[in-house]
Amino acid sequence: MPRYFLKRLGAAIPTLFIIVTLSFFLTRLAPGGPFDEERALPPEIMANLQSAYGLDQPVWVQYGRYLRALSHGDFGPSFRYKDFTVSELIAQGLPVTLELGSIAMALALAIGIPLGTLAALHRHSATDYGAVSLAVLGIAIPSFVVLPLLGLVFGVALHWLPVAGWEPGSVRYLVLPVIALTLPPLAYITRLTRGGMLETLGSPFIRTALAKGLPLRTVIGRHALRPALVPVAGYLAPAVASIMTGSLVVESIAGLPGVGRYLVQGALNRDYTLVLGMVILYSSVLIGMGLVVDLLHAWLDPRVRFA
Amino acid sequence: MSATLWRGAAARVRANSAALAAIGVLAILVALALAAPALNPNSVETLDWSRVAYAPGLSHAHWFGTDRLGRDLFVRTFEGARTSMAVGLVAGAVSLSLGLGFGAVAGYLGGRTDYLMMRVIEILSGLPLVFFVIFLTVIFGRNGYVLYASVVAVGWLAMARIVRGQTLSIRRREFIEAAVAGGAGSVRVIWKHVVPNVLGPVAVYATLMVPQIILFESFLSFLGLGTQEPHASLGTLIAEGAGEMEAAPWILLAPGIFLALLLVSLNVLGDGLRDAFDVREPG
Amino acid sequence: MSAMPAAAGSASPASAAPILSIDALEVRYELDGAVIAAVRGVSLQVAAGECLGIVGESGSGKSQMVLASLGLLARNATIEGSVGFEGRELLGLPASALNRIRGSKLSMVFQDPMSSLTPHVRIGVQLGEVLVHHAGASWSAAERAALDMLERVRVPDARRRLRQYPHELSGGMRQRVMIGMSLMCEPKLVIADEPTSALDVTVQAQILALLREVRAQSGMSVVLISHDLGVVAGLAERIVVMYAGRVVESAPTMELLRAPRHPYTSLLMQCAPSLQRERLDRMPFIQGLPPNPAEREIGCAFAPRCPRVTDRCRDERPALLLIDAVAQVACHHPLAP
Repeated sequence: MPRYFLKRLGAAIPTLFIIVTLSFFLTRLAPGGPFDEERALPPEIMANLQSAYGLDQPVWVQYGRYLRALSHGDFGPSFRYKDFTVSELIAQGLPVTLELGSIAMALALAIGIPLGTLAALHRHSATDYGAVSLAVLGIAIPSFVVLPLLGLVFGVALHWLPVAGWEPGSVRYLVLPVIALTLPPLAYITRLTRGGMLETLGSPFIRTALAKGLPLRTVIGRHALRPALVPVAGYLAPAVASIMTGSLVVESIAGLPGVGRYLVQGALNRDYTLVLGMVILYSSVLIGMGLVVDLLHAWLDPRVRFA
Repeated sequence: MSATLWRGAAARVRANSAALAAIGVLAILVALALAAPALNPNSVETLDWSRVAYAPGLSHAHWFGTDRLGRDLFVRTFEGARTSMAVGLVAGAVSLSLGLGFGAVAGYLGGRTDYLMMRVIEILSGLPLVFFVIFLTVIFGRNGYVLYASVVAVGWLAMARIVRGQTLSIRRREFIEAAVAGGAGSVRVIWKHVVPNVLGPVAVYATLMVPQIILFESFLSFLGLGTQEPHASLGTLIAEGAGEMEAAPWILLAPGIFLALLLVSLNVLGDGLRDAFDVREPG
Repeated sequence: MSAMPAAAGSASPASAAPILSIDALEVRYELDGAVIAAVRGVSLQVAAGECLGIVGESGSGKSQMVLASLGLLARNATIEGSVGFEGRELLGLPASALNRIRGSKLSMVFQDPMSSLTPHVRIGVQLGEVLVHHAGASWSAAERAALDMLERVRVPDARRRLRQYPHELSGGMRQRVMIGMSLMCEPKLVIADEPTSALDVTVQAQILALLREVRAQSGMSVVLISHDLGVVAGLAERIVVMYAGRVVESAPTMELLRAPRHPYTSLLMQCAPSLQRERLDRMPFIQGLPPNPAEREIGCAFAPRCPRVTDRCRDERPALLLIDAVAQVACHHPLAP
């Protein structure tokens, strides 16, 4: 088993490397540059700027310098936010985004799995129909529609919660964003758990467990849950991706100082280093999630370990 | 596809009340969006400076109110709706054809061709599309072509996978072998035999693909990377509305509710079709 | 076919209080408006300490009958009649009460051990959890008992096997584990539903030998279900033959084998492969197919395939009648002894 994991880890590093390389060259080869949008500058100043940011060097040299800096954890300076390096920007925003995203992920799992299980156990009941309906809504309606609508109801109409803003350590500002971010993965997880549980409950080994006179909670907990959750495990990486893309929107609507807005702003501002840094960050997270999912898969189904 | 299969599926859809309701809602939404210009003569671009950020009301000319620039929201909402739906259909059709072609070829030819084509799909499926689009925006700036290319990309990957799976499963059947033995070339076989037989699951996934495309376009537009001024799509309208939530909450309401209803009913319909055809994901 | 001599006192179906008493059991399903009858009114009894064999083709209702008794059928099944275990009615028991009986006093061994054992739970846990839940044992005590049980059912290298998963064991070992699971709480009655059907012939013989040995040690009652008459005949003292959801014949094993009364039983015996018979040019088989459970019964269910059929058979369903003190048959024209 450790060998399998190491093999996957070994495959992940070149993948990341390829992503970094491809991204780097794509940005450099694109027409235009980060300073085009500003008022036309006199050529000498332009030349100075270019040289200060190393843009006048041949691409290969820039690439080498970038890699070297990267190995020290230095993502370079932001071309747009002149006073900050990308690393600093990331360090500022990451905690907020992480907090938001991990709460959403945790809630989605903590609510989705029991809800899906209950729906499967009480087929055709109110719980079942309720869970399925909730799932349809959560899957269909995106966060950027849910959050403003929630804000309208709970913020503008009822004045219960703030619509936007941020205070470090405060919970109120996080409530609506977290709800909006949690709903889509929660919906998928509920649906997947329900489906997986329904299918597992029809298996012969569940019949054996019941025939042994085991109480339902043991049959579900020890015998049914792990195979039922295999589809959920397969969804974890897309769930993280969904939360990541959702956070882009949620952070900008709710005015949360996270890392998501940098990606969008960076794109709009042609801020190479920022976008590059963000891409590397997000890719690493996704690849890491892929590894975690593989491990999870092996734990859920022992037969995979020996494959 | 046998006629009995279609009839059985149609019966199941008819019995599915949720799917029927979804069809009804969709019909209403489409009708509204198409009929809107006839119902309200206000133009999309007219800036009514006398009534900026006006609250909605049936008594005056602006039924849904106006936005910050005095533009009538009724007209803008349904223009946005038309844009979003048009993108969904057009990009959907392109995605469908691309995915159908790619998947059928990969599934039919098999072997190394299939392997290579599937690797391509896997690599492209890796990173979430949004980041790719953002990336392209960094390179090319805000560009309509980028938007539409990426919107198409949302759908065709999954479609290609489905079609390939279906093709693989029918490839071995006798009528295919008979056609090949009869001297038909690969293209002909694919076109005349493979394609008609995968249409069932394809129809189902096409219905599920359209809301994904609409969602993606709305999402990009919301972020400012999609449809540009003065055109409106539901995404841009929602973005506008979100920004004005406290001052002018009505700007958000109509496009938000319309988009929500559109997406939910398309999804419910797609799920209903999937249950009716009892389509299972291959493999 | 090697037959065991009938144990004294077990031949009579109604002597001491039976440990299992099934009375007029019916199992029906409704599907798209059609009613599917899996079990059409079965009555039988198992005496304490007896080994009863139930033989029938697939679709005869034999599995549905025992699954209904243990409350293991799907929710859309309609069950009528009565199933008494140790004098207590099982049908309609709430889950909590049923769970005290299932797995402890009345246990079941299923057909395909690969799919009937939980793939992601270790063997030791699957064995031990029965004791933990029924006897309140600690996990360490349960593990020791599991080890003993593995040795009792002759699984070699038991200590290592405890830690393994089902897919790491061979088919025969898995079935031994299943049997061991059913024995953990020293049940009064074990129902074995096709315990050998998924196994090779050589392994089949070993499993049957194991069952025989366990029975001899503990004196517990056994119900052995199989479509293979040879398997059942080797172990059971009395055999019940089922067809199309009903009992068609019931007799002590020796008598059944020597002189079957029902035409179906006779044909079954002819079809059972045997090394002792002279070589045949082709395998004998019974013409036709068993009736569709969704169709209503008119007359005797076996009539379409019966070599002795008459018009009376097609019109009137034969009742299950006593032939002598120990045997019953449901036929208008039973074979002569």
